[in-house]
Amino acid sequence: MNTIELPNQSSWPMLRAMVGIGVVCAVLIVGVFQITAAPIAQNQAELLDQAIVSLFPAANNKRAYLATANAELNAQDAKQKTATPVYAVFDAQQQLLGFAIKAQGMGYQDTIQLLYGYAPEHEAIIGIKILSSRETPGLGDRIGKEKTFLKNFERLSVALTRDKGNIINRIESVKTGSKTQPWQIDSISGATISSRAVADILAASTAHWIPELAQQLERFEINNKRPSDE
Amino acid sequence: MSDRDSQPSPTDDFIKGLWRENPVFVQVLGMCPTLAVSNSAINALAMGMATCFVLVMSSVLVSSLRRIIPPQVRIASYILIIATFVTVVDYLLQAISLPLHQALGAFVSLIVVNCIILGRAEAFASRNTVTRSLLDGAGMGLGFAFGLLCLGGVRELLGSGSLFGLMLLPHSFERWTVMLLPSGGFFTLGVWLLVINGFKRRGTRTREVSA
Repeated sequence: MNTIELPNQSSWPMLRAMVGIGVVCAVLIVGVFQITAAPIAQNQAELLDQAIVSLFPAANNKRAYLATANAELNAQDAKQKTATPVYAVFDAQQQLLGFAIKAQGMGYQDTIQLLYGYAPEHEAIIGIKILSSRETPGLGDRIGKEKTFLKNFERLSVALTRDKGNIINRIESVKTGSKTQPWQIDSISGATISSRAVADILAASTAHWIPELAQQLERFEINNKRPSDE
Repeated sequence: MSDRDSQPSPTDDFIKGLWRENPVFVQVLGMCPTLAVSNSAINALAMGMATCFVLVMSSVLVSSLRRIIPPQVRIASYILIIATFVTVVDYLLQAISLPLHQALGAFVSLIVVNCIILGRAEAFASRNTVTRSLLDGAGMGLGFAFGLLCLGGVRELLGSGSLFGLMLLPHSFERWTVMLLPSGGFFTLGVWLLVINGFKRRGTRTREVSA
């Protein structure tokens, strides 16, 4: 061979370097994951607790429920995160205050995730809390900040038909300043799409959950006289 | 200082990223996070520090492994190392503050493909000692964070009237919403480039005159 000499490198150093780095990196990632798992779970739980307290200021105790395939609500371990749970919220006297329900749907840029409070005694939504959204800063993200917009949800009607099978009037968004009915939401001018997205998320979620919860309301009161014994 | 290029001092390794070769204002690298998450000072600071951490750690690791990584697999190895530290930062941010992590969104994961980091690994860390790579990484990382803060500060002040969430401008000041939108990022970056290049040009001119 009197041509240009190519470096005759065996494949062993390459394999060794790649596999070695891979193993080190894997150990590092898994280690950090293990260390941060507990604080992250705690942060998430705190965020949820804060959201629930902001919806129900008298909240003292919550219990997570999960809808199973046969549409029955079963008590759920709060740490289990298999599906969107519903939280039954109780006050210090163990009286049922209402439900905090997670809902999500498409916003202007990305999925909006929110929590809303449902008070059966008022047949109304009593507040919402945006848990995560990527709406445009300054415009769309006002759905979580603007006081006049959030006022829409202080007593948003989700009254049910007599047989408790359906909501009489679907929640809808209307043009800024033209709200006339208790189930309508005044949009934010300049953030119409985000406002409509919130209305649609609520409409879809309430149509499913409110009849279900209203029909099973006794279960929460009978079965959960002492929710603190969890 | 004519022999600066042949024998760079440790201070120079550190300082050059902050000003003379600033990643944002001079190299104009990593524009995607620069424009996207600089809509508030706190986001800019968090993103800058996250990038800085990844840059320092990957520079150190790449530099210390530079003799055992064969050139044929170097890019794959660098990406693996960078991706690992990005994952680490992602978990740490979630553990520190979930709202902050949500505000930065997808851009934390996108640090993997930030060209500053791969660029420094390829151009500097793979050829220099661990100490010099550490200084270079820290300088470039802080320079990037500084650039982001310059943008984030101006955009937050004009767009929301506050700085680090602290209200500074009176409510009578009409907020420039455009500053919070992507186009505001471009405007602000353009103005900063103008200002900084103006400074630099004046600096060279004075030096020429005095020489």
